[in-house]
Amino acid sequence: MQTSRAPGVAFIFKKALISALVALVLFSLMIGVRTEAGSDGQLTYWTRFGDLAMMVATVFGGSIVVELLRQWWGPVGTVRVVPPQVTSALSFAGRLVAPVLLIFTFLVPVIFYNERYILDLGILVLTYVMLGWGLNVVVGLAGLLDLGYVAFYAVGAYSYALLATNFGLSFWICLPLAGILAAFWGVLLGFPVLRLRGDYLAIVTLAFGEIIRLVLLNWQSLTGGPNGVTGIPRPTMFGIPLSPGDDGLAAKLGIEFSPTHRIVFLFYLILALALLTNWVTIRLRRLPIGRAWEALREDEVACRALGINTTTTKLTAFATGAMFGGLAGAFFATRQGFISPESFTFHESALVLAIVVLGGMGSQLGVALAALAMIGGFELFRGLDQYRMLVFGMAMVLLMIWRPRGLIGHRAPTVFLERNQAISSDLVKEGHG
Amino acid sequence: MSADQILDHILSVDHLSMRFGGIVAVNDLSFGAERRKITALIGPNGAGKTTVFNCITGFYKPTSGSMRLAHDDGHNIQLERLNDFRISKQAKVARTFQNIRLFPGMTALENLMVAQHNALMRASGLTLLGLIGAPSWRVAEKAAIDLARTWLERIDLLDRADDAAGNLPYGDQRRLEIARAMCTEPALLCLDEPAAGLNARESASLSELLLSIRANQGTSILLIEHDMSVVMEISDHVVVMDYGVKIAEGTPQHVRDDPRVIAAYLGADEEEAIAVMESGT
Repeated sequence: MQTSRAPGVAFIFKKALISALVALVLFSLMIGVRTEAGSDGQLTYWTRFGDLAMMVATVFGGSIVVELLRQWWGPVGTVRVVPPQVTSALSFAGRLVAPVLLIFTFLVPVIFYNERYILDLGILVLTYVMLGWGLNVVVGLAGLLDLGYVAFYAVGAYSYALLATNFGLSFWICLPLAGILAAFWGVLLGFPVLRLRGDYLAIVTLAFGEIIRLVLLNWQSLTGGPNGVTGIPRPTMFGIPLSPGDDGLAAKLGIEFSPTHRIVFLFYLILALALLTNWVTIRLRRLPIGRAWEALREDEVACRALGINTTTTKLTAFATGAMFGGLAGAFFATRQGFISPESFTFHESALVLAIVVLGGMGSQLGVALAALAMIGGFELFRGLDQYRMLVFGMAMVLLMIWRPRGLIGHRAPTVFLERNQAISSDLVKEGHG
Repeated sequence: MSADQILDHILSVDHLSMRFGGIVAVNDLSFGAERRKITALIGPNGAGKTTVFNCITGFYKPTSGSMRLAHDDGHNIQLERLNDFRISKQAKVARTFQNIRLFPGMTALENLMVAQHNALMRASGLTLLGLIGAPSWRVAEKAAIDLARTWLERIDLLDRADDAAGNLPYGDQRRLEIARAMCTEPALLCLDEPAAGLNARESASLSELLLSIRANQGTSILLIEHDMSVVMEISDHVVVMDYGVKIAEGTPQHVRDDPRVIAAYLGADEEEAIAVMESGT
């Protein structure tokens, strides 16, 4: 598919040469010369020009490869030349992905009943799917860049932990409370940042996430500070504990007790919570509030001219996203049985945001796939030890080159008269805060 | 103002001034827009027309002056006391923009649905009734889709209802923006250069659309326009501005023959303009 914009051989070589030159300048001191303190403290050094040459050659070759890949698969021309049969087959397969994935998820505890590791990983992935879907409301739909999402996760987790350990409230009472409290904090954060856009919004939400973490760390009398909260009650199946005792679920059902029961129960619990998040989000998108979120992402000035209260619209987006974060947090607390501020660092916010961006902002299926790829893929590379991050980072860079708008970049309309056709990502705005 | 009492003005602008630092964009401007009529605001580039629009539609807060909107049922609203989205929500003033501001990533139908936000918000019981899918919400949603369909039919875009607004040709986008403003069911429709960038055929269909809105919906229209053929054809009343002040107003014929207007448009300097004025009177 040679389009007029596709660069020629000379261009590729020029680009590769420039990259190699930059690499030479950068690495000549870092790799080319090695210095060390000698036995008497004097400076000794030796050269490693072989390594340097190899590095520069790698960059040169890599640049050519990347450029070629971009030309073959990347968004170079405006029209992609793909046979129509392939396109229709792909779209048919695409429609099957979600149901197949859902059925498979339901069957995971049955298939992998004896593999504790897979079940634990499944719970972890589903937790991030839920967090991704929650953040998707704020970032994907309303277009508000939120770098402090972990704050609501923390609020939810501590709400359940403190209410359960101090007042002995059950998980099922605390779960909605945790959601409400997180939503309340979402509104509280929303107010000061209403006037901010883009980068400024991102910075303030980032700071908010850190403030929550620091408060949790330093308010020793309430949160236990760095020691965290221990002995958080495990969830019960609507009052029936999943314990080996006589009043436990296993005894009541007359089956032999196994610790896997609790894991399976947790798996289905987070699956239900995640599906609830998904259902509510899909529903909200088709309601006026959801359309107002997306309109806000597209053009805030036009929204105001149409009489949409942008203040409350933004606040509801923050509150809804925060509520789902809070519910996920409560689940996290009951699953771990122990929480401390260490679980709620910026790294978590960045991870959830990466899931949303990688999945394609606004796409529910994309976010689920991205969570699977990020969390599952991260575990997959465990064997690579210290290169894990490197491989992972490279995979993300490649993905962003090929699919700059995420795995699923197009947008599905919320209402249609005749044809339910997807809208190309070129037209959909990312929002500017 | 005696004229004010005789004529039925939906919008009365009184001594409106707008300053940006030392620059006076609008200086002591007074005019009225009649109910169920089309009023045009014209003038050379930089005359302050869009500033007046932004004051009326709440995007700017005027330095001084008042703008009164008299609704059909008799209650008056001082526009300078409202701001932001309330102008559209409470005062029922809708507007379009000089450079089209549709929601490009949403379909034409979705654009018209977003415009009915406030009515649908009430119908969905602030989302709660809608979330559980209450019958009353379904009825309201269907009615909203029907209203959108009616407008798509009127602007001849029914067959492109499910296409992204950003994919529509320029002329269609202009008409869609007007339809979107009309979906808010406004009392006063403010159009900022609706014919800009349209060819002769598109301009003619735009004129037709505006005349049919006035005839069928009874909506009063205030428009800024450079395309004189459109202004002369559809306007009932024309207000001419230059350098932030009103220099003439009246029927299209009256304004067209006014020497001050000719001077302003031909870019004559002050002495010449005065000479033209004196020779004219």
